[in-house]
Amino acid sequence: MQRIGVFVCHCGTNIAATVDVKQVAETLGKEPGVVVATNYPYMCSLAGQDLVKDAIKEKQLTGVVICSCSPRMHEGTFRKAAQQAGLNSFMLEIANIREQCSWIHKDVAEATAKAISIGRAAIAKVRNDQPLTPSQNPVVKRALVIGGGIAGIQAALDIADAGYDVDIVEKQPTVGGKMTQLDKTFPTLDCASCILTPKMVDVAQNEKIHIYSYSEVEKVEGYIGNFHVQIRRKARYVDEDKCTGCGLCTQKCPMKKVPNEFNLGLDSRHAIYIPFAQAVPKVATIDPRYCRMLREGKCGLCAKVCGVGAIDYKQKDSFVEQDYGAIVVATGFNPIQLDKFDEYAYSQSKDVVSSLEFERLMNAAGPNNGVLLRPSDGKPPKTLVFVQCVGSRGTSCRDKEYCSKICCMYTAKHAMLVKEHYPDTEVYVFYIDVRTPGKNFDEFYRRAVEQFGVHYIKGMVGKVVPQADGSLDVQASDLLAREQLHIKADMVVLAAAMEPDKSARHLATMLTASMDTNDWFTEAHPKLRPVESPTAGIFLAGACQGPKDIPDTVTQAGAAASKVIGLLSKDHLTGNPCIAECNELRCNGCSSCANVCPYGAITYVDKEFKMPGRVVVTRRVAQVNAALCQGCGGCTVACPSGAMDLKGFATSQILSEVDAICQ
Amino acid sequence: MPVNDTYRPKIVAFCCNWCSYAGADLAGTNRLQYPAEVKIVRVPCSCRVNPIFILRAYQRGADGVILCGCHPGDCHYTKGNYFTRRRMTLLFSMLDYLGIEKERTRVEWVSAAEGNRFAHVMQDFVSTVSKLGPNKRLEDLRCKTK
Repeated sequence: MQRIGVFVCHCGTNIAATVDVKQVAETLGKEPGVVVATNYPYMCSLAGQDLVKDAIKEKQLTGVVICSCSPRMHEGTFRKAAQQAGLNSFMLEIANIREQCSWIHKDVAEATAKAISIGRAAIAKVRNDQPLTPSQNPVVKRALVIGGGIAGIQAALDIADAGYDVDIVEKQPTVGGKMTQLDKTFPTLDCASCILTPKMVDVAQNEKIHIYSYSEVEKVEGYIGNFHVQIRRKARYVDEDKCTGCGLCTQKCPMKKVPNEFNLGLDSRHAIYIPFAQAVPKVATIDPRYCRMLREGKCGLCAKVCGVGAIDYKQKDSFVEQDYGAIVVATGFNPIQLDKFDEYAYSQSKDVVSSLEFERLMNAAGPNNGVLLRPSDGKPPKTLVFVQCVGSRGTSCRDKEYCSKICCMYTAKHAMLVKEHYPDTEVYVFYIDVRTPGKNFDEFYRRAVEQFGVHYIKGMVGKVVPQADGSLDVQASDLLAREQLHIKADMVVLAAAMEPDKSARHLATMLTASMDTNDWFTEAHPKLRPVESPTAGIFLAGACQGPKDIPDTVTQAGAAASKVIGLLSKDHLTGNPCIAECNELRCNGCSSCANVCPYGAITYVDKEFKMPGRVVVTRRVAQVNAALCQGCGGCTVACPSGAMDLKGFATSQILSEVDAICQ
Repeated sequence: MPVNDTYRPKIVAFCCNWCSYAGADLAGTNRLQYPAEVKIVRVPCSCRVNPIFILRAYQRGADGVILCGCHPGDCHYTKGNYFTRRRMTLLFSMLDYLGIEKERTRVEWVSAAEGNRFAHVMQDFVSTVSKLGPNKRLEDLRCKTK
């Protein structure tokens, strides 16, 4: 027999002014199963809580209903009190008679009647309550960072600082990411390498951090606190432990005409290469697409010159398996391919370059050692045209709908750098809008216009036509002056939109992390949980979540790291007990529930069932992973046989509430 | 159907915990008045609402059922309200087939910040259902206590 206690709060006069609390308590006291019904001015006060606790003990209550404010306010308070009095905290329900009754009605009789109805619904629910125990899951105290750009580096350093082991998986031969390719950074114009390479060294030297470079995540299993990850270490045909990074092999290699990815194909490298001088780890890698030894079985020069015998042509991809408590995704971005934007003559003229290529052309470590020369004839350009929003903020199928956020700033930077080094050069920037929100950003842009005399023209470039004399005819409209322009330019720089790294989609599938329509990772809440993925235990850092500049990326990486540290500092994770539960006797293993689960929390197992007559039947039944399930209840409706139910919001509980309301 | 002045419809409102229930709380905090006929059932997500719950409400004498969730794209569970939208579309055609006026059932997206909207939606819904009068179509008289 159930013994339910009803406690009606006055909330000072907040409830008592419009609800006759005495009458509510008296009426609810007559409900079947209710053994005590009382009211008190402030139920959430210590004295009020003691009233509840004493009643639980004295009357041996099996269920409690608190008629008070919203459960969003004090459900936790009262559940804790119930727990202290020895009642399972999930045997308590709140009837919201303040926000949803006394505060929105003025008529006392009407409000009192509604409060009684709300109280009845809560009593009906309590009758169907089951004691629940949150699961306790151990936490593996190690974090995985996927992507070794500035976001991944910062996150790893911060997590390691807190004393936890971190592994970085980077698919390129070196960490550093896009930032290594940049020349200067806005708005301070300090050199990207000067601020990044010390951090790369820090990562390499930190005892808590292990870098898996030239590696990719192959498989992810498990859940928050207990991820099991398989990492593919791609064969680089060089023993990482032996290689000293002396670079002798890279000079002797006869295959010299390999497009150099680091300089975006603007120059070439050898088949065995170290991406750049400050690479971390500074280890050579053989590109199997070009190596003669690997393709034809002839050559072997690098092995001959290597003093430490690090070259290993027989190396195969190897696999590492490791457990992690948390995963930080920092896969970053890429500029879009420009081949669909042929009105700008990108594929016809070498002098039409993307902004990242321009970055390399300006970089002291770039193909021209920092001297700005036209790629076609090696002459210094006299007129430069920058085109903004190439592929951003468009509605056609080749465009991205979003603003890529950083282009306005880096274009101002490029324009300023050109004017600083070559004051005679004419620089035009075509823009739709100049967007400069950020600390010192607008000042920076104004400096480009006012101090350096960069011509900013509102309008889009319609066409770029290469001319016979090697120049480029830029046809554009000036929207403010309302005239058509023809500019004879030597170089055109296209601010290509940012898009997520191609590998991100596959990774998201492995992690069951959600993405938006543009393949950016989605955050758990756009404002309040911006660095967490909706999938528990997966955190987001940097441009994998959306276009971002370096300060924002570093901020987000630090935030993600602090979330990871918070998670790893726990020995056990207390799960939410209000999760889905499968009645295996009813389940027929149809997969309907797994198809709607946003968290991949449902798997299937074959289970033996003893049937009448000593028959044993093996059936496929659904299993809910308690650590992954977030308790939305979508599966309960999808289940055709009614096997799935949600603890804490069970079908029986909701139906009894509905019945009570309709009484 | 004659509707006298004292007729008060019974209305069940299913509200998701993260947006609409919080929106209802906000309406309360701002003291925005809406009719007392609306009684709220809290669910974790609008996708927890099985169409059976709605049919059951009609069986037990409800005159209108409203289901509130987060705006599409804002679901706390990322895509729960999309499931809701699809399921309710199917339910609507079934209710139509059963002869229950389609105005009696409604799906609304109310965010946690839209206390104002919550109150307006409820005022509007109650007046719509009041005009329709009592719903006898599905009511199971065996369930009547008296």
